[in-house]
Order: sequence, then structure tokens, then C-alpha cells
Amino acid sequence: MMKKSRRSFLKVAAVSAIGIGAAPAISLSSSSTNSHGSSHAAKSPNKGAKTAKRWGMVIDTSKLTEEVVEHIVEACHKAHNVPDFNHEVDEGKYPKTRPVNHKQEVKWIWEEHFHNAFPDKEDEFLADKFKHLPFLVTCNHCINAPCVKACPTQATFKREDGIVLMDFHRCIGCRFCMAACPFGARSFNFRDPRPFIAETNPDFPTRSKGVVEKCNLCAERLAKGEQPYCVEVSKGAIVVGDLEDPESEPRKLLDKNYAIRRKQALGTEPSVYYIM
Amino acid sequence: MLEIAIKGSKKYWIWLAILAVIMTAGVIAYIDQFLNGLMTTGMSRDVSWGFYIANFTYLVGVAAGGVMVVIPFYLHDYEKFHRITILGEFLAVAALVMCLLLIIVDLGQPIRALNVMLYPSLKSILFYDMLVLQGYLFLNIIIGWKVLEAERNQVKPPAWTYPLIYLSIPFAIGIHTVTAYLYCGLPGRGFWLTAILAPRFLASAFAAGPAVLILLCYVVKKFTKFDPGWEAMQTLSKIVCYALIANVFFFFCEIFVVYYSNIPGHISHIDYLFFGLHGHNAMVPWMWTSLSLMFIGITLLIVPWLRNNKFLLPFTCIMIIAGTWIDKSLGMIAGGFVPSPLHHVTEYAPTLKEGMITLGIYALGLIILTVLYKLATTVKEEVRG
Ligand code: SF4
Ligand code: SF4
Ligand code: SF4
Repeated sequence: MMKKSRRSFLKVAAVSAIGIGAAPAISLSSSSTNSHGSSHAAKSPNKGAKTAKRWGMVIDTSKLTEEVVEHIVEACHKAHNVPDFNHEVDEGKYPKTRPVNHKQEVKWIWEEHFHNAFPDKEDEFLADKFKHLPFLVTCNHCINAPCVKACPTQATFKREDGIVLMDFHRCIGCRFCMAACPFGARSFNFRDPRPFIAETNPDFPTRSKGVVEKCNLCAERLAKGEQPYCVEVSKGAIVVGDLEDPESEPRKLLDKNYAIRRKQALGTEPSVYYIM
Repeated sequence: MLEIAIKGSKKYWIWLAILAVIMTAGVIAYIDQFLNGLMTTGMSRDVSWGFYIANFTYLVGVAAGGVMVVIPFYLHDYEKFHRITILGEFLAVAALVMCLLLIIVDLGQPIRALNVMLYPSLKSILFYDMLVLQGYLFLNIIIGWKVLEAERNQVKPPAWTYPLIYLSIPFAIGIHTVTAYLYCGLPGRGFWLTAILAPRFLASAFAAGPAVLILLCYVVKKFTKFDPGWEAMQTLSKIVCYALIANVFFFFCEIFVVYYSNIPGHISHIDYLFFGLHGHNAMVPWMWTSLSLMFIGITLLIVPWLRNNKFLLPFTCIMIIAGTWIDKSLGMIAGGFVPSPLHHVTEYAPTLKEGMITLGIYALGLIILTVLYKLATTVKEEVRG
């Protein structure tokens, strides 16, 4: 708390010095603590909540089959009210819905070919099994997340436990974070997503048009002591845990297997590993 | 002074009315976008910025280009520019208003735009871009207004305007540098990730800004009694020429590094722009046109008798404006986003509505420009007559 308020104070001081004036600065110091309250939650967790120094994910590519991948994507998107542009719109509830542009779709986790997931590792002589394997890609919850740096409103922010989260109510929809993310992990709501949600999960917010979204590492599940949705249905292909704890499941896997991360050369330090 | 703006000829009012109609069409298109979201645009998950940000980038350049008359006049006492400095400053004002509007219409949640100021994020370049753009806008409004008022009263501008004028010079460089930093600091975008981007932006701005100004001088000369002076326009055209050469030179520096180093993540973007990628080649004709226009522009400006041709010069300027516009707005956006970070090729083309909104903003910019230029030229006529 102390650290936080000192940080806001410094920001306030800097901002007033630049000359924006005192009024917005005051509201800055009060609201930045409120809306980022989740970071305090991480420090004084609910009973039973899963906590970590640095959350990370390990994907065992040998366990990914088309079927498993399909289940994972569906579980994540359904639970997080991610719109599906192939969903037939209920004309009664949403009359005059305009046709969709599939290039404007929203996705949190999805299937890619190896050479798309790892464009810098494209290789003519890559073993066939990798060429046809369905790779899963999602947000990497990078340590040096370019999206966090780029965001002009702190609507995208990094929690102390490594999860990169979004405040849907603060996002102005400038999409700077999308330009900044080297992994194409972010989606923008080009339109109201609600007509394209088959069944709304009441425990998770739906988004409005004009904001960006992405995988939140199931922060809402971890807070309740549960595993992420994708992990649950992955038949062991995905594990999520504390990368800094040598006894954690991901670390045990990383000890025994060779794993790679996407675009490591860029220095964003992804927290998602792929066992090859 | 404002009373001058409402005393105009019939032509003046017809011109403003036409612009108002275009602007209204833009507003109508924007209402639709406001209600339904940016789905009305051609942007996509892969190409998440489009026509708005493209034109924004270009117009920041036009605004910054105004400094090319301020520097010679205020720093080097180049008297020939005395008459047109105000035109440069007012051009910057109109361009900056358009820039800010283009940002607003690009936002998914425009109502929350103030969040940039309410929750400033000191690591975000966008925050600084807002600061310098607004700063430069205010500087130009104050300077332009005060200097013009002084001229009308036939006194020297108040002493406190001079520090502001000097301050406006680094601000002009600043707005375009910071705008380039928006792009070139992003790790995953090979096309933008180059230290030459800010210099390239500035070079193209110092070509485009003065080229627009030359055109405006012609217009002013034709429609008002005020003569900006042929010699001033000649000097401007030399500035355009050298800036354009620098722009093309920087571009070739980029080409050399990219192709000689042979790094795929950098090559693929330029390949896409100039040769097409995986059968997608919407940008190819545009980019070659742009390059040709810039080369023709250089030739027409570097040869003295071609440059001195009063009839040819406006056409040269139009070519240069078109060439740099394609290069910096279309090329910068398409080149940066295609191929995507996952090496998918998703092409982009603006929709009609996107075009209408952009045109509407240009129309508003022209209204502001017309009114400001009317003020400036009328005052100057008064003083001389
Ligand atoms: S993968 Fe992209 S969105 Fe996720 S943290 Fe990294 S930069 Fe941000
Ligand atoms: S779109 Fe939203 S989250 Fe992304 S940078 Fe802009 S304000 Fe931040
Ligand atoms: S961690 Fe949660 S939000 Fe992220 S992909 Fe898995 S299910 Fe989706």
C-alpha cells in the first residue's frame, strides 16, 4: 500500500509539473488504487486462493490433438463470454444485426500452425509431425509486456504475480496495445459482442463495443483456488502454476523436458512455455 | 479581429458552404460509427489501425512542416518569409485540429478519451504525443494570433511572444519525433522497428508541409489581393526539394539495411509493399506510384528552369504531396501490419464510411484554414493598402 501510494504521488507530482493541473491529478491518486484493487487482492488472498510469485503456463505439444484443442478453445471462450461470429444471431432479441466481418473476430486462445506460432523458427526440414500439429497460442503474460508499456491509460496492467490484466471500463479503445503486442494476442471489440454469445456466463462480465480484451490467465478462477478452464479440459496438455517455485508442476515439467517460448529474441520474456 | 471572418464575398461563403456539406456527411457517417462501433471500418484484428491513424501521421507532418518558414524567418532573419510565416503557423493550427479529431474518431470509446489525462501512464508514448500535439497547437494559436494582431495595429508583437516562437521550433520537431516513436519502439513490428523512422518522418514532413504551403500561396494569390511573393515560394520549393531528397535517401538506407542483412522479419513487410506477399499485392501499384512521384518531384525541383516555371510548380507540389502521402500514410500502416505478427497476410482497405469521416475532418480543417487565412490576408491587405 505504502509503495503504491508513493508511486501515485510521484506520478501526480510529475503530471502537475508538466502542467495538466491539479484536478485530474487528484482523481488519479484516488481512483488508481480503486480500480487496481485486484492487485491488493493478490497480496491478501481469499482463503483457498491460488497464489504465485509468477504465474506461468506450460503446454505439452505432444498431447495436443485436434479434439483437445477444440475443447480448450471452446471452454475458454464460453466461460469468458467471448463472441463467436459464427453463432446465429437471435433476431428477436437483436433485430437488424449487421453481417459480420470475420477478420474482426475476438479470440483468447486459438489454434495456429507451428510456423505461425513460431515464425522465427520456420524450417524447411521441420519434422512433419510438428508441421501438422495444432499449436495453441494465447497471451504470454510477458514479464516485459510491451502492451502494458504502450497503454496510455493503464487499462492494461501487470499484477505483481505476473498476470497481465485489462480494465474493460477504463480502456479507451486506442488499440496501441494491439500494435505493441508481438504475439497477436489481443482482440478489439469492433462491435457489440453480445448478439454473438450463445449462452452468457453470468459470473464473468460481457464487454461493450470499443474495448480490447485477451486471455486473463483465468485470474477469476485462480482467486477461487480453481484451475484455469483450459487446463481443466486439456487432458494434461496444459499446466498452470508458479514458475518461481521449483516444486510447482510447470517447473517440474520444464526440468525434465526441452521447452521453447515464442519470439524470445524480442526480450518480452513470455510466461508460456511449449514442450516440444 | 474575428469580425473580418464574417465579412466575405459570395465565393467565400459558397466555398465554406460546400465544406460544411462535406463535413455534415462526415458527421452522419460518424454517428453510425459511434453507435455501431468500428465495425463500420475496414480495420481488423490483424490491421488494427487504418485510414484515421494513417492520415493522422501525415497531418502531424504537415503541421511540423510549418516550422520550415519559422526557422528561416525568426532564426535567420530571412525577410522574404515575413509574409508567409503566418500562413505556416495557421496551416499548423488547422492540421493539428484535424490530427486530434482523427485520433478521437479512431477511439473505440471516445467518451473516455480523457482517461489519457486522468490516468496518465508515463511509459506510454501516446501520452507524450497528446502533450506535444496540444502544446504545439496552443503555441501556434497564440503566436499566430498575437503576431497578426500586432501587424494590424502596426506595432511590434509583444516581447513575450518571442520565447514562445523559439519554443515552437523544438515542439515542431517534437511532435513528429514523438509520433514516429509511437511506431518505432514496438518490438514485434519489423517494418517500424528502425531508428531511421523519426528522421524519415521529419524529412517527408519538411517536404510535404512546405509543398502544401506553396499550393496555398497560389490559392491565396488567386483569391485575395495579398501576394505572398514569388521569391518566398521559390525558397520554399528549394526546401521541399532537399527535404524530399533526404526522405528518399533515408528510404534507401532502410532498403539497404533490410535487404543486405536479409532478416526475414524485416524483409517481409517491404516485400509485401513493393512486390506482394503470398499473392496479396494490393499495395504494390500504390508504392511504386509513390516512389515514382517522389523521383519526378525531385527532378522537377532540382532543375532550375523547371523549378522556376510558375505554371509547373503547383503540379510538382501536388505530385509530391500525393507521393509522400501514399508513402507515409498508406505505406506506413499497411507495411507495419502486414504480415501480422503471426505471419498471416490480412490486407486492409478503408470502407466508404471511413473515407467519409476522414473527408469530413479534412473539410473541417479546410474551414478552419479558410477562416484563418481570410483573417491573415485581410489584415495584410489592410496594412499595405
Ligand atoms: S502476449 Fe501480448 S498481450 Fe500478452 S502480455 Fe505479452 S505483449 Fe501483452
Ligand atoms: S486499447 Fe485500451 S488497453 Fe489497449 S492501449 Fe488503448 S486503452 Fe490501453
Ligand atoms: S488461462 Fe483462462 S483465459 Fe487464458 S486461455 Fe486458458 S482458459 Fe482462456
